[in-house]
Amino acid sequence: MTRTTEADVDTPPQALAPSISRRDLLTYAVSGPVLTIAAGFGINLATPGTATALPLASTPPDTTDFCDAGDLVLLASAPTMPLVVLQVGADNRIRLELPRLESGQGIATACGMMVAEELYVPLSSVDVTLSDARPELLFNQFTGGSANVRVFDASLPLLAATARARLIAAAAQQWGLASAMLTVEAGVVKSPDGRTATYASLSAAAALVAPPTGVARKSPSQYTVIGRRAGRLDARAIVTGQKKFTLDQDVPGAMPTMVRRPPTIRGTVVAINNASTVQGMPGVIGIVAIPGGGTIVPNPPGVAVMAETFGQAWAAVNALDVTWGAGSIDGESNDTIQQKLRASIVPFAVPPLGALTVDAEFEMAPASHAPMESECAIADVRAGSAEIWARLQCPIDTQVAIAQDLGLPQNKVKVHVVSSGGSFGRGVFWDGVQQAAQVSKALGRPCKLMYHRTDDMRHARMRPHQYHKCRATMLLGQVISYEHRVASPRVDLRHGLGEILTATAVSAPPSVQQSIGNLAFEVSTFQLMVSSPYNFGVLTKVLNPVSIDINTCTYRSVHIQPTRGVEEIMVDEIAAKAGKDPVAFRLEYLRQDRARAVLQKVASAAGWGKAMPAGFAQGVGVHQESRSFTACVIEIDARDPNAAKVTKAVIAIDVGQPINPSGIEAQIQGGLVESISLVLTAGLHFQNGLPLEGSYSQYHFARMKHYPKDVQIFIMPSTEKSGGLGEVGMSATTGAIANAYARATGIKPRKFPLNFPVDFTPIPPGMLPTPTLT
Amino acid sequence: MPNYTFEVNGKSVTVDAPADMALLWVLRDKLGIKGPKYGCGINVCKACTCHLDGKAITTCSTKVSTANGRKVTTIEGLAVGDTLHPVQQVWLDRDVAQCGYCQPGQIMAAVDLLNRTKNPTDADIDAIENVCRCGTYGRIREAIKAAAALMA
Repeated sequence: MTRTTEADVDTPPQALAPSISRRDLLTYAVSGPVLTIAAGFGINLATPGTATALPLASTPPDTTDFCDAGDLVLLASAPTMPLVVLQVGADNRIRLELPRLESGQGIATACGMMVAEELYVPLSSVDVTLSDARPELLFNQFTGGSANVRVFDASLPLLAATARARLIAAAAQQWGLASAMLTVEAGVVKSPDGRTATYASLSAAAALVAPPTGVARKSPSQYTVIGRRAGRLDARAIVTGQKKFTLDQDVPGAMPTMVRRPPTIRGTVVAINNASTVQGMPGVIGIVAIPGGGTIVPNPPGVAVMAETFGQAWAAVNALDVTWGAGSIDGESNDTIQQKLRASIVPFAVPPLGALTVDAEFEMAPASHAPMESECAIADVRAGSAEIWARLQCPIDTQVAIAQDLGLPQNKVKVHVVSSGGSFGRGVFWDGVQQAAQVSKALGRPCKLMYHRTDDMRHARMRPHQYHKCRATMLLGQVISYEHRVASPRVDLRHGLGEILTATAVSAPPSVQQSIGNLAFEVSTFQLMVSSPYNFGVLTKVLNPVSIDINTCTYRSVHIQPTRGVEEIMVDEIAAKAGKDPVAFRLEYLRQDRARAVLQKVASAAGWGKAMPAGFAQGVGVHQESRSFTACVIEIDARDPNAAKVTKAVIAIDVGQPINPSGIEAQIQGGLVESISLVLTAGLHFQNGLPLEGSYSQYHFARMKHYPKDVQIFIMPSTEKSGGLGEVGMSATTGAIANAYARATGIKPRKFPLNFPVDFTPIPPGMLPTPTLT
Repeated sequence: MPNYTFEVNGKSVTVDAPADMALLWVLRDKLGIKGPKYGCGINVCKACTCHLDGKAITTCSTKVSTANGRKVTTIEGLAVGDTLHPVQQVWLDRDVAQCGYCQPGQIMAAVDLLNRTKNPTDADIDAIENVCRCGTYGRIREAIKAAAALMA
């Protein structure tokens, strides 16, 4: 995304239609009257999941049965969905401008498939680009909550079908025929008497056709694209090295910049003691202490060095002598933080009933998103305007905040969203942009800023520590209550739903990280995301965000993977107390048929219950989230409990109507890798206010040798509405891995990751490692 | 600063750089060749993997002076015109990539392995240390085996 032409894409399509002569790409509105579209959403939302989600009488309904986080995003996105831009190019190619961030999760390809399906064109003739920040989209430019496919599946096919209807109507007008007599094939409208017209030749006329009413999307039985395996749209660019990530953008004059960061999280710059010496180092262009301030969230502290190359910026950053002030959590370690979390827990509602109770406590170490592309951004700040390039899940927030930071009108800040090298939630904030903008402003040159990996693990946002306390009670052999308490340092949600209204609502002055608004938003989000699939009688779940100022943000699945993973461990322990097999017990207590179906699928395919040698075991987990259902059977080799290894995984996933089976499988494979990492080896050790881990050799995310060689994934056939996916694949796998570990070793899994020694020499706090070159 | 002359993807280049500058920054910041990616800078994640005289190196940890007079191949130089290298082709056929950031390094590592070993074993593939945070390992393993069959 390097568009620097006039800002026509920020104009609503209706306004563009009359000016079609000024460019060869004819943007025309896919927009129908808002009310027509919205009526469709109204129908969808009136019955969220009730067809299958009716809980049994003994279990009070779960919040998510009626409305979950994805519904919230869907509802918020709907009103502006008609502003999404589809274009037919002069070359008859279709271009969708997607107001979301593609970060590898495959939404660009999935949405391209929806467009191809309804426009009757091959997927290969659809291009999907990412929208610049478009404030008129309001809540409809927020990437998160595994809601993207759900949101677009509820609207994009209808929008594309409307576009097709208008193209047909244009041809009908030209030929003096009724629309119903015409057909379309591969981007060409055809008449019974053999006349043909390409979409490209019709798009100017179609732009003037009023959107017809009564347009219907295809029924699943008509699908020729959706539901079939498709390769990623950007696959060829990736394998040839042509895909452009943020730092690959060709922005003239943008110079490499790195930042010296404090020895503790949020330490402050007091003085730079050797600026003139460092200024004289090879390649150094300028040195800038990042100023305080920041809109919505504070600017990360540090001293930036701009140089001719990143190598020179890195050397100069390490040569800086900076006097630092205290940080926000100096002296804190994993143990001290866990003590605070433990002390904050809200008591259970149901008293213990002696031998009929299963009680357990769990701890999770913090986790780094660790996307391969470290935190980065490009900013070109001029006297009266600015231009930004970055991977952004909330580009409208970014535009508003940076405009305010720079004292510019919002429409003078152009924000380009660039496809990212992984995100896993990290891209909801714009820390890199804040710093790059300040450096560009101070030095009067475009700045391309990159975090060193060490800083990306220590000073960028992360998933904080978690403490869980659970109790199940049983009476006459039945589970009658399940209570779950979670405490965690507050997760920063001040981005809201990606635009300024909700961002402001959850924000206070940026220096105040523990706002009441943030607290309310986090607790609501927890209730809207975490759903127990079991009929356990009285279910209570309470999240207690604790005021500890760590740099946090949502991490793939937010609170779901730890909370549901823990619940799956509890289920195994409850089943054991009841003397029942883990699969049979789950089948007895699951509330929904679709959950039972995925469990039965994996139990059968994996040969559940087969005999295994000592030190080996199977483990099972089930999960529902975002209107999707999944189950997993794991086989583990834990002969050495300190080096447990997942050897096999059988996973079933029901996402409703599958869009792209290849993409679904990829997300499930990725969720498996993430679960293996978080359960067994990947975590951060805080010590004296800073994580010790500073690279992938220290933060033990899974490598090739840790991925099981036998992985079977079953995508359940379904014509239900599409559910969420990106975050769904982590919880059943988490439970299954932990349960397999427990069954193989006899050790109850309580502290995660399970294998978590400090098996490295930490990089000194505040420093970057020095490369060894050969 | 001294000059270094070497071949990149079949073309001779001369750069003015300190001897100990990492080849990664010479490629990206001086020559504008952006296929090799930064991931760690200390020879851990392998995202910057390229070939020097046909053998895999991590360019973040190789001095530009080491490349002097030799042949460097980046992901951009793997295909011959529009004809993809068999490894690139199987990567497409099997839809290996997710975000794609680590994939240039993964592909260069896979080509290097197949250059050394016609029929790599699972143990050979397990020895590849390139990090993929999205978790494409299963598809990479299958793709390497498919490429081996294709190249046999």
